[in-house]
Amino acid sequence: MTTRIFGSGIKRREDPRLITGEALYTDDIKLPGVLHMAVVRSPYAHANIVSIDSAAAEAMEGVVAVYTSDDIGDGLAGLPTAWLIPDSDLKTPEHPALAKGKVRYVGDGVAIVLADDRYRAQDAADAVVVEYEELPAVIDPEEAAQEGAPLIHDDVEGNIAFRWAPFDKEASDKVFADADVVVSERILQQRLLPTAMEPRSAMAQYNAATAELTLWCTSQNPHIHRFIISAVTGLNENKVRVIAPEVGGGFGSKIPCYPDEALVSWAAIKLGVPVKWTETRSENYLITIHGRDHVQHVDMAASSDGKILGVRATVYAGMGGYLSTAAPGIPTILHGLLYVGPYTIDSVYCESIGVMTNGTPTDAYRGAGRPEATFLLERMVDNVAREIGMDPAEVRRKNLIPAFEDGYEVAAGLSYDSGDYPAAFEKALGMAGYGDFRRQQKSAMAEGRHLGIGVTAYTEMCGLGPSQVAGAVGFQGGLWESATVRVTPTGKVQALIGASPHGQGSETTLAQIIADELGFPVDDIEVIHGDTTETPMGWGTYGSRTTPVTGAALAVASQKLKEKARVLAAHLMEANVDDIEYADGSFSVKGSPDQAQSIQDVALMAHLAWNMPEGMDPGFEESQFYDPPNFVYPFGTHIAIVEVDAETGEIELQRYIAVDDCGPQINPEIVAGQIHGGVVQGVAQALCEGAVYDENGQLLTGTMMDYCMPKADMFPNFELGETVTPSPHHPIGVKGVGETGTIASTPTVYNAVLDALAPLGVKQLDMPLTSAKVWSAIQDANGGGS
Amino acid sequence: MWPNKFDYVRAGSVDEALSSITDDGKFLAGGHSLLPVMKLRLDAPEQLVDIGRIPELQGISANGGLTIGAAATHDAIASSADVQAMCSALASACGQVGDQGVRNFGTLGGNIAHADPASDPPTVLVACGATVNIQGADGARSVGAEDFFVDLFETALDDGELITSVSLPNCSDCQCAYVKFPHPASRYAIVGVAVCLKMDGGTCAQADVAVGGATVKAVKCAGAEAALAGTTLDDAALNAAAEAVKSDIADWLAGDIAYPESYRQQMAGVFLKRAVAAAQG
Ligand SMILES: Cc1cc2nc3c(=O)[nH]c(=O)nc-3n(C[C@H](O)[C@H](O)[C@H](O)COP(=O)(O)OP(=O)(O)OC[C@H]3O[C@@H](n4cnc5c(N)ncnc54)[C@H](O)[C@@H]3O)c2cc1C
Repeated sequence: MTTRIFGSGIKRREDPRLITGEALYTDDIKLPGVLHMAVVRSPYAHANIVSIDSAAAEAMEGVVAVYTSDDIGDGLAGLPTAWLIPDSDLKTPEHPALAKGKVRYVGDGVAIVLADDRYRAQDAADAVVVEYEELPAVIDPEEAAQEGAPLIHDDVEGNIAFRWAPFDKEASDKVFADADVVVSERILQQRLLPTAMEPRSAMAQYNAATAELTLWCTSQNPHIHRFIISAVTGLNENKVRVIAPEVGGGFGSKIPCYPDEALVSWAAIKLGVPVKWTETRSENYLITIHGRDHVQHVDMAASSDGKILGVRATVYAGMGGYLSTAAPGIPTILHGLLYVGPYTIDSVYCESIGVMTNGTPTDAYRGAGRPEATFLLERMVDNVAREIGMDPAEVRRKNLIPAFEDGYEVAAGLSYDSGDYPAAFEKALGMAGYGDFRRQQKSAMAEGRHLGIGVTAYTEMCGLGPSQVAGAVGFQGGLWESATVRVTPTGKVQALIGASPHGQGSETTLAQIIADELGFPVDDIEVIHGDTTETPMGWGTYGSRTTPVTGAALAVASQKLKEKARVLAAHLMEANVDDIEYADGSFSVKGSPDQAQSIQDVALMAHLAWNMPEGMDPGFEESQFYDPPNFVYPFGTHIAIVEVDAETGEIELQRYIAVDDCGPQINPEIVAGQIHGGVVQGVAQALCEGAVYDENGQLLTGTMMDYCMPKADMFPNFELGETVTPSPHHPIGVKGVGETGTIASTPTVYNAVLDALAPLGVKQLDMPLTSAKVWSAIQDANGGGS
Repeated sequence: MWPNKFDYVRAGSVDEALSSITDDGKFLAGGHSLLPVMKLRLDAPEQLVDIGRIPELQGISANGGLTIGAAATHDAIASSADVQAMCSALASACGQVGDQGVRNFGTLGGNIAHADPASDPPTVLVACGATVNIQGADGARSVGAEDFFVDLFETALDDGELITSVSLPNCSDCQCAYVKFPHPASRYAIVGVAVCLKMDGGTCAQADVAVGGATVKAVKCAGAEAALAGTTLDDAALNAAAEAVKSDIADWLAGDIAYPESYRQQMAGVFLKRAVAAAQG
């Protein structure tokens, strides 16, 4: 018997350094002689650059240089778009690191200033005089796709960057034509600002003698950053080292390679001194990618007794001024393929239109495409329920896919790995006391109080993913991971991974996997990540993939190493391998328990190599590449109970129940933490967050005075439950849990609020559901309580 | 994040502060309004005269009425037994400013000099008839709170003048309250209502009402006061006052993208009722 640390909620080993402020972030790294870069940014959303006069700035104290795109010339290639979705007539307009002749969103870089001090750099940036000829701007993606809209890129006709519609339209149309019931809604997925706690930062150092560039930057995927920086600077990839030190959250916003990282690299090469740039929070809101931004026209077809027959949507997805690194894949592959959800829906259709606008570029934001799919599905299920007069929970129950253990093909083309949706669903309904609630709701209404309940059943696709699929859908990379498990002569473990966690607690979780598979105490295991020179290749931390994919690589590497140890132990104890027994980090010979070798002893002997079995190499280290055979599909049911104050329109979230199934939980505390954070982020989309532009493309929510981040006192204690359905194709059965909370919670709370408002006659509202909007809607519906 | 260059002087006395300040200079108290705008480069004073540690500006004294030093922090005011006894609405308002960190640094003088329309303390000062005591190079003067607040971020202060203290009458025989509807993003007031009721048995002999947050400055609401005075504060009176307060503030409305003027105006009525209930509770 072996004691397992799998399943134990040990404390996050990351926390002491994070909580005490000892963690080392990019901006904390100080190099002698560093120059500070400030970027002159466009105050206009759309304008021609008439002239740039940097003379005054260049003359200022401490200023070393001011550069524009003319100075860079072909010193930097344009930033690539790395998700080239097929069969969509994709256009990838040039994205220069500094604007060439034209700016396309507020914050687009126009010039850079390099100075010996950050304050002086900013002073000089303010002194650069740029003359603009303002052009009409367009922010709404549906408007931008209409004829006559301002043209943003000459080579992107009609502002349409792609049109992706892989499903059979005729078949879908027929389902809708024949259906008893069709419900329709125009849904806005508002723009969201990812707001990682640490803003972005980059510092580059170039050694002319070795021709090597080191770039420290806030990255979720340093190996992808290295690949792109190599491509844009022209340096060989083996001469570029990218280091992501501590990274303070990303939520997707630190996946892309931005102009700023390219610019510090170029300037460091040009000037031969290190160059650093750290964005301010205001800059972060203007230039770091935004999430969502869909206008969705959605229909759902159903029979009059509540069987869902089909779903279809036309989605205008705002791409912003340029196509960010992974942008085209988000509203397409990660969105339209999810339209079946956990239901037996036989017909899906999605036309996703990627539209250039004069907003900040959009890209993956926690959930990335899947929250937008889950929302529309769950919203429409509630609409069907209302239309046919059936309880929304009953409609869901009727349509859930029955339990399956190994593979279930859905109409959208995916093959779900495993699931027991009804079990999670019934468990959540039980925890919420659903039936009782409906009675309470009625009696509260008699007292003039407006309670509502929202139920979301979801499944999502994560643990990205099989590389062959990545290739087939145009992702310009693989989606495998690699890892090395290295044991030192004194029996301590270093696990080197290509992925790059940034706050998730993966150092703890992954150490738990190794501890179980290899038999070392968890505290003797270090997980090392973030440096392209130290770590093996990997594609990064996003898409809820680090535990499923890197975790699998580590599990297999550890298993291989343990097998080596078993053979060596047998040799050292002069026993037959088949007679070796293993328990709790120690090998012994069957029948003679006094003869034992600890795994540490074996590791030492492997290093010394004094007495190896025939054909066995010395050393105690294994590497493993792991390419998942399929995605993993976590699932669950979330329920929210809200009360709306009809006098003010305020919403109180009274209860939040989340039953999630991510397979066996390695560390339940960390799983709970991921769900808590995800739920908060998703609820915030429903209730308070939303980036707003004016008609000229100025971001009105440019600071947290206006952009409403969620706050702890908005939330009740979450009631978490779980079911455990292992993934059949994963070495240790685990699924991802990084995005589930965000994916499930937005429609849950939205539907709860609309449930509360239904008796007042309010049927639809755009997110976020601010009190002002709710109150006005109540007034308009004429059912107001005030 | 990166303010423009400025000189810094720490003053040891009011006289030193008044003689040090230059034309392009500003007084610095807690810095919790001034430094954020400087970091955003929305303001760029060339000199800061730090008045935060001047002994004459500290302290809260109770002598018939209240005198609160300009550099008293929100936290000091909220936790002062004298303020709680003589003007509980002010203690409540200061206790609802920002978070604990803000309350430990932000001062009453800085708050009212900055005159942010969504601030909390000014609404109480206007309702309760406070007086702002000011010192300039040419001597001292006092201005009633209602006249002190002129418009959005605009007060009766002249350049180079320093607020030394704020005086308030003793309201310990009133029922007073400050009720705030916090903005979900900033936690400043969407609307804040201060009421101070003098009760004579079950009848309201006199009502003082002011509204902030919904308005460009804290506004004294004569219509609402008249609707409450002489009544038993029954539902009819409250409804009438809630209607009246909307007219009282109609010329001064303020709003933002998420919470427009019209909504805030309506909410002033709702929160007036809640403030009366809180005062009576
Ligand atoms: C995160 C945050 C949240 C906040 N939330 C709230 C809130 O909910 N409600 C609220 O009411 N306020 C809020 N505030 C503002 C807070 O109350 C400020 O502290 C206050 O408005 C300014 O006081 P100060 O001492 O910091 O002034 P400073 O920032 O130092 O100065 C502000 C202005 O007043 C001038 N000044 C300062 N003292 C004097 C004086 N004695 N005489 C003349 N001029 C003077 C300065 O020159 C400057 O122009 C918040 C602030 C922050 C940072």
